[in-house]
Amino acid sequence: MQSLVSVDQLEVHFAVRTGFMQSMFGKETPVVRAVDGVSFELGKGEILCLAGESGSGKTTTGKAILRLVEPTGGKVLYEGEDVRSYNRLRLRAFRQEAQIIFQDPYESLNPRQTVFSTVAEPLEVNNLCRSLAEKEERVAQALVDAGLHNPRELFLRYPHELSGGQRQRLAIAGALVLDPKFIVADEPVSMLDLSIRAGILKLMVDLRDKKGIGYLFITHDLSLAWLVSDRIAIMYLGKIVELGSADKVIKEPLHPYTRALVSVIPTPRRKVITQQSLLKGETPDPVNVPAGCRFHPRCPEAKPRCREAVPLYREVRPGHFAACHLLDS
Amino acid sequence: MKMRGYVLRKLGQTVLTIFVVLVFNFFLFRIMPGNPVRILIRNPKISAEALQRITEQFGLNQSKFVQFGYYLRDLFTGDLGHSFVYRKPVLDVIMEKLPPTLLLTGTATILSIIIGVILGVIFAWKRGSKLDVAGLSLSLVLYSMPSFWVGILMVMLFAVYWPIFPIGGMSVPGTYYATIWSQLGSLLRHMLLPTVTFALILIGEYVLIMRNSLLEVMSEDYMLTARAKGVSNRNLLRRHALPNAMLPMVTLIAMNLGFIVGGAIQVETVFSWPGLGRLMYTALMGRDYPLLQGIFLFVTVCVVGANFCADLLYRYLDPRVKS
Repeated sequence: MQSLVSVDQLEVHFAVRTGFMQSMFGKETPVVRAVDGVSFELGKGEILCLAGESGSGKTTTGKAILRLVEPTGGKVLYEGEDVRSYNRLRLRAFRQEAQIIFQDPYESLNPRQTVFSTVAEPLEVNNLCRSLAEKEERVAQALVDAGLHNPRELFLRYPHELSGGQRQRLAIAGALVLDPKFIVADEPVSMLDLSIRAGILKLMVDLRDKKGIGYLFITHDLSLAWLVSDRIAIMYLGKIVELGSADKVIKEPLHPYTRALVSVIPTPRRKVITQQSLLKGETPDPVNVPAGCRFHPRCPEAKPRCREAVPLYREVRPGHFAACHLLDS
Repeated sequence: MKMRGYVLRKLGQTVLTIFVVLVFNFFLFRIMPGNPVRILIRNPKISAEALQRITEQFGLNQSKFVQFGYYLRDLFTGDLGHSFVYRKPVLDVIMEKLPPTLLLTGTATILSIIIGVILGVIFAWKRGSKLDVAGLSLSLVLYSMPSFWVGILMVMLFAVYWPIFPIGGMSVPGTYYATIWSQLGSLLRHMLLPTVTFALILIGEYVLIMRNSLLEVMSEDYMLTARAKGVSNRNLLRRHALPNAMLPMVTLIAMNLGFIVGGAIQVETVFSWPGLGRLMYTALMGRDYPLLQGIFLFVTVCVVGANFCADLLYRYLDPRVKS
């Protein structure tokens, strides 16, 4: 498969805002390692899921790829070119091809913009339409593509006059209108009712099939990841701990963290979740990352070595990557 | 659509509010200690009959409710009563003092809105920088300073130690100006200190609110969405951030606009500015009931009216209010 986006050792470190006195006396400012060396590839028309608990750096990774957050290290290659080296003009062109859909359609839409101006704005910003009629046509088409079937009736509505599902479709239409090749979908259905979710997911998969859009699908819901994605990457505390085809990661997980996550996926047959499979404790503070394997304080199978050495992220089986000392033996 | 119903409902609320304040004003001043006739006469040896006669002349011997009835009746004919102290119709006294107040507070308000909004936007945009920290601290200091104290400081510095500007008043008493320009120049010199004093305090408030409001909007997801769509920084601010961030400012400005007319009592007093604020002070000291009521009614109508306008404006500015 042709590579669309290739992420190499991506790093996003935030300086923690400290008090006035501290910065006066030149103390070292603590750093949040939100994303700490993430590498993966996304092929054209592929759906790659980035899964993990909240605070693992999934969203920041997505935003850093689009340069909505500036990366502090590593490379992001988009069709072979480093996104971080883009100048303003090239970045604008990139923004036409790479879009983002946010989790909460109640916050991602400007409350003062009508449906029409929300969807038309990307066209206006990039001077893509010569006439109003053409603009209206493209906006209407994007709304239809996003599953809103009477687009012209909606043109003058405001977001607050739409339902949650309609809002998310509107947000998707705003991303689709530029005919992107790559979409970062940041938990696009987690704020929606279950009944609406299926429709939105089906829409996204259909768009991949029809238009060949590549998705970075960010979610904390593994069953969802399994359902929609070709491959799954599991993130923990700013690093990818396992990456492989969706089936392999869910059915034959290599990393203890993935095993723990998979074991609590609800299925209709299993009603009781056994205690030992539940993870103990919480994700550590990304300011003070544990030495050795980041997962060792919560790992049920931790060995002394896990506390000392950082495990190598390597291809354990063909196409299936993981970082764990237990896989070495 | 339902615009007319909305306006009528708001208008009804406005009138009701004014009436309630009217009732309060009337009885509030009359339970203040002090007899207006005594203050007016200033002669401790006045005979009981004379006192009685004057009291009757002003209608103060009748019950409070009868007095209130007369007040309401006259009000509807546009008669705000006769000032005890100035011996003139209340409306005339107010109208005479209104222009200086409008000039002072209006200038200060326009200045502070413009400067406050611009600074607030700059500080929010440069959030966390040294400029922002310095500006924020200064705004907090300005906002928390009492206006009379700033006024006294201004007088001390710029009228006493360095006598660049006049101490107070609107003009030099007993002066005739050769040309309109020299008169205007003198007015500007007199205006400067009180205007700056008043503006400084308002600027602090506007900067703080504007900065906060903009920061809140800038952290919204739709700002990121817009950026992802390729909207430039300038348009991000102009088309997405500002229109949303200005909403709280509209409320604040409308509220302050009403109080403008009430004038900065403190600032006007410190600078002997012949405006409504000082008039209120004089009326209070003289227990000039009709004048006090008149001024308060005037201020009330302005405050409530400004809010009524803000409500209508909001409907236009914020699509969410329409439902």
